[in-house]
Amino acid sequence: MIPSAFKFYKPDNISKAVSLMKDFGEEARVIAGGHSLIPIMKQRLTDIKHLIDLSGIDEIKGINITGDEISIGAMTTQVELINNEELFQKAPIIREASLQIADPQVRNLGTIGGNVANGDPANDMPGLMQLLDATYKLSGTNGSREVKARDFYEGAYFTSREDDEILLSISFESPSGGYAYEKQKRKIGDYATAAAGVIIKVENNKCSSASIALTNLSDTPVYCNKAVDMIVGKEIDNDLLDRVTKTCVDQSDPVADQRGPVEFKKYVAGIVIKKALKRAIERV
Amino acid sequence: MDDVKTPSSEERKSALSGLGTSRKRVEDARFTQGKGNYVDDIKLKGMLFGDFVRSPLAHARVKNIDTSAALALPGVHAVLTADDLRPLGLHWMPTLAGDKQMVLADGKVLFQGQEVAFVVGDDRYAVADGVSMVKVEYDELPVVTDPFKAELKDAPILREDIADQKEGAHGARRHPNHIFTWEAGEKEETNKVIDEAEVVADEMVYYHRTHPCPLETCGCVASMDKVNGKLTVWGTFQAPHAVRTVASLISNIPEHNIRIISPDIGGGFGNKVGVYPGYICSIVASIVTGVPIKWVEDRMDNLMATAFARDYWMRGKISATKDGKITGLWCHTTADHGAFDACADPTKFPAGFMNICTGSYDIPVAYLAVDGVYTNKAPGGVAYRCSFRVTEASYFIERMIEVLALKLGIDSAELRSKNFIKKEQFPYTSALGWEYDSGDYHRAWDKALEAVNYRQLREDQKKQLQLFKDGKSRKLMGIGLSHFTEIVGAGPVKNCDILGLGMFDACEIRIHPTGSAIARLGTISQGQGHATTFAQILASEIGIPASDITLEEGDTDTAPYGLGTYGSRSTPVAGAATAMAGRKIRAKAQMIAAYLLEVHDDDVEWDVDRFSVKGAPEKFKTMKEIAFASYNQAIPGVEPGLEAVSYYDPPNMTYPNGAYVVVMEIDVDTGVSDIKKVYALDDCGTRINPMIIEGQVHGGLTEALAISMGQEIAYDEQGNVMTGTLMDFFIPTAWETPTYETDYTVTPSPHHPIGAKGVGESPNVGGVSAFSNAVHDAFKPFGLTQAHMPHDHWRVWKIAKDLGLHN
Repeated sequence: MIPSAFKFYKPDNISKAVSLMKDFGEEARVIAGGHSLIPIMKQRLTDIKHLIDLSGIDEIKGINITGDEISIGAMTTQVELINNEELFQKAPIIREASLQIADPQVRNLGTIGGNVANGDPANDMPGLMQLLDATYKLSGTNGSREVKARDFYEGAYFTSREDDEILLSISFESPSGGYAYEKQKRKIGDYATAAAGVIIKVENNKCSSASIALTNLSDTPVYCNKAVDMIVGKEIDNDLLDRVTKTCVDQSDPVADQRGPVEFKKYVAGIVIKKALKRAIERV
Repeated sequence: MDDVKTPSSEERKSALSGLGTSRKRVEDARFTQGKGNYVDDIKLKGMLFGDFVRSPLAHARVKNIDTSAALALPGVHAVLTADDLRPLGLHWMPTLAGDKQMVLADGKVLFQGQEVAFVVGDDRYAVADGVSMVKVEYDELPVVTDPFKAELKDAPILREDIADQKEGAHGARRHPNHIFTWEAGEKEETNKVIDEAEVVADEMVYYHRTHPCPLETCGCVASMDKVNGKLTVWGTFQAPHAVRTVASLISNIPEHNIRIISPDIGGGFGNKVGVYPGYICSIVASIVTGVPIKWVEDRMDNLMATAFARDYWMRGKISATKDGKITGLWCHTTADHGAFDACADPTKFPAGFMNICTGSYDIPVAYLAVDGVYTNKAPGGVAYRCSFRVTEASYFIERMIEVLALKLGIDSAELRSKNFIKKEQFPYTSALGWEYDSGDYHRAWDKALEAVNYRQLREDQKKQLQLFKDGKSRKLMGIGLSHFTEIVGAGPVKNCDILGLGMFDACEIRIHPTGSAIARLGTISQGQGHATTFAQILASEIGIPASDITLEEGDTDTAPYGLGTYGSRSTPVAGAATAMAGRKIRAKAQMIAAYLLEVHDDDVEWDVDRFSVKGAPEKFKTMKEIAFASYNQAIPGVEPGLEAVSYYDPPNMTYPNGAYVVVMEIDVDTGVSDIKKVYALDDCGTRINPMIIEGQVHGGLTEALAISMGQEIAYDEQGNVMTGTLMDFFIPTAWETPTYETDYTVTPSPHHPIGAKGVGESPNVGGVSAFSNAVHDAFKPFGLTQAHMPHDHWRVWKIAKDLGLHN
C-alpha cells in the first residue's frame, strides 16, 4: 500500500496550477481532499508522476452568496458546507446530503470540488449538483469555461473536463420548494446502495416544478428528466408518485457489487426515490 | 501502635483488588496515550524491510519469475523465491494441522494473494517499488471455489504434491482434493433413531467464510545475530513458545538460540496463532543479509491471505418425539479449508471441537462426520474469537433447534427448556464424548426470559405482524434466542497437543524482599487484560495487592513454557497455573510465618493477607513481613527467597454457557435491520473482574453482530477475493453497534482451582446464533426455515422477495 514515486507541487494560484497541468499533461493529477485518489495511488491502480495539491489556492475556497446566487469554491470542504448557516438557509439540502457523506474525518478533508470532478458515480455531490442544475466553472490553458453539471458526466471517472483543466467553482441558484436527500448504505462511511435527491414545488396540490437525481445507480449520476416531465403540472397523488418512481428506476442502470445484485438495487432505488419524493412534498 | 485500629478482614480484602473486583485495566494508560509497543514500533539499527509479491490468480502454474528489474532498483537488496529457500528446506513449512504449506510459490499458486516472492530493501518504499518490478509469468489453471465440486471426478487437482497420497495426517483420503474424514459418535444407532423417529427436522446450515481482522495486522522483526548465533524474533504471536519450538524444528537452529518476543498485540482473535510465510521469509532474509528484517502485512494482505475463519457447510438431522423430547442428532459437515490445511486446532482434532455440537441439550445419541476439502482459497480455518470450531457447532445446533421447533409447532424457548441438560446431571457426558463440568441452564434461561419479558415480546411481535398484514407497516419483528455451551481451556495433555506439545500452561512467581511481586506466564495478552486479571487472581491467593504485582508475558527467554492465548484458554489453564503457583508461595509463607511466630506450621492460619496464630489473631505476620523474612532470615530447613512455579495440566475443559436474546425490526423492502435489544447472560463460573467481563462481552457481541449481519470473505468463481478492503468487509462502527444489556449467573467450574471458566469468546459463540435466529424468527410466519448468513441488506431483502412479501 505504498504509491510509486511522484513529485509534489503546491501552487498558490490557479494560473500556476494550470501551467503545471499543461507542462506535465497526462502524467499530472490535481489532488483536493484525496479520499478517492490516495487509495488508488497506494494500490498502484494509477501511476501519477506529478501531484498538484490545490489546498494552497485561496481563490478557489469558500462560499459566496449574493441574493439567490450561490457560488462554492472547489476546495471548500464538506464540513464547511455543513457548518455554513447562510448556505443552510439558502440551500438546506446541501447540509442534509453532506451529512450523509462518509464520516466526520472524511468530511473534514473531503472537498466539494474533488467530489464532483472525480467522476466517481458513487459520490453523492454529482447527483446533488445535477439536482440543483449547478454550473461548473473550469479553467485551463485555453481560458475559462462553464459546463452544466447535467452535461459534465460521461461515464465512470470520465467527464468533459480536459486534462489541463481545473475545476474552480460550482454555482447554482437557491432552490425553493420541498427537498430531500435519501440514501441507503451498509454502514457509516459506505457509498450508497442507492440514493436519491428531490426538490419540488407544489401549489394547490399541483406540482409546479421538480428536480430528481440519483446517486450510484448508473455509471454517472442520473438526472431523471422523464420523471420530471411526468410530474410537473400534475396533481400529486400516490398513484402519480408510484409512476414517477418507476420512471426514475427505469432510467437507472446500476451494476452488481458487494452491496447486492442489480435487481435488489433497482428495488431499493424505488424505495429511496419514493421516500425522497414524499418527504420533499411534506416539506413544501 | 495499640491505638491504631487494625483494618477488618473485609477492609484488607478490598485493599487487595482481588477476585471479583472491577479493577481498572492497568494496560489502558499506555494504550490510550499511544504508548503501546507493537511490532511496527520496533526499530533496530540497520533494519531492512521485506514484503511479498502475491499471486493475482487463484490457480496457476508459475512459469517463470524474473527478479532482475527489481534487483536493479536502488535500495532493493534481495528477492527471495522458492528456489532460494529450497536448499534450506524452507520453501514449504509444516502447518499446525499436520499438512504442509508453501512458504513461497513452488511451481504453482493455489489462491489469490499467495506469497510468490519476498523482496528485501532499505525501506517500505524501495520494497514496494521492487515488488511492482518482479515479473511473474503464470499459466492459468481451472479454479475450484465450491467445496462440493472439489471432489468431483474430473475436478482439477489442486495439491499435486500429495495427489497420490491415500493417507493424510488424519486418516484416509478418498480424492486428491480430500483432506480428511473425521467422525465422532454412533453412526448406526443415530441413523436408526432418526429413521424411526416421530419427528425429524432436516436442514443445511452454512456458516460462511469470514475473517478475524484484528486491528493490528500480522508482522514480525527477525534479527539473526551472527556473532552469538542467536535469533530473536519479535512478532504478533498468540503462542510464542510454540513458535520457538516450531522455528527450531524447521530451521535446525537450537531452541536455546531462538528468542521469540510477543510485544503488545493489537487483537488476535485466532488470526495470530499460526505460522505465516512472512515470519519464515523474514528469518531467512535476516540470516542471509545479517541485519534485522521487518515485515508487516497491510490490511488487504491480511484479509486476502492470512487465516480466514469458519466456512462450514453443516447438514443436520435432528429427531424428537411428538411432544418435543430430542432423541437424536446427525451432522455431516463439508469443511472448506482452502489451499492448505492450516487450521489452528489441537493436532488430534482436525475439526476442532465441532463435536460439542449437541450444545446445551441432553441428546441421547448423536453422530458427526466432517470432511475437509481443498479449494483455491486462502488457508486458515482459525478459531475466530471462539474455541476450536465451537461457534460453528453452536450455530449449527441453535439453528437445528429452531427448525425442529418449527416442525413441532412449539415455541423454541420451550423446546430448549424441555431438552436442557439438568443441573443434577453434571458432570454430564455428551453423546459425542465430552464431559461437561457444571451448569445450571434452566436457571439462566428462566432469568433471561424474565429479564427481557419474553411473553410481552411475543405479544409485541404479534401486533407488529398484524400491522404488516394490514398493510400499515413494512416492518417485521424478530426475536432471536440462543443458549450456548462453549468448550474452552484446551486442554488436558492426554488428548490436547499442538504438534506434540501438550496444551498445559505455566506461571512463575517471584516475591521481592519488600513484598511486591512479578509473575510470568506462558500466555500472551492481545487485549484481554491479563496484566490486570492475573494480578487479581494472585492478590486473592497470596495477599499482595494486585497493584504490587507485575505481570509479564510473551518473552520466551524469561516466561515459563506455555501454549499461549486463544480458545479462551488463558483463564482456564494459565489462570489455574497462577492460582496453583500462588498456593505454593502461600505454603512456603506459612512455614516462614510459623517460624517467625514461634509456633508449629499447623498452628497458623491464612487470613486475607497474613498468617495469624490460630485462636490469637493479634499475633500475625503479613505477607510483606514474610517476604522480607524470606530474604533476611536463616530459617532451618527452608531455602531463602520466595518463588514458585506451576505447570498446570487441566484435568478437563471448562464449559462456559449463556442465554442470549436479540430483538430486531426488519424492513422487508430495504433489508435494513434495526436492532432493538441485545441481552446477554453469561455464566463463566467465578468472575475475576466484572468490568473486564462486560468489556469482553461487548466486544464479542459486536464481532457476532458483524459476522451475522454482513461480514464475509467472498470469492467470485475465478477465486478473486471480493471483500479485500474494509469498504466491503464489514466492521461495525459505533454507529452500527447497538446497546448491550449484560447479565450473569455463577456456576463455578468444579475442577478449576478458583472455579473460573473463561469468557472472552462466549459472546461471539452465543451472539451469532441470537442475531441470526432473530432474522429467521421475523420471517417465520411466512414459512422461512433456513437462510444463510451474513444477513446483509440484500440477502434479507431476498428472503422477503422469495417469500412473496414484495408482491
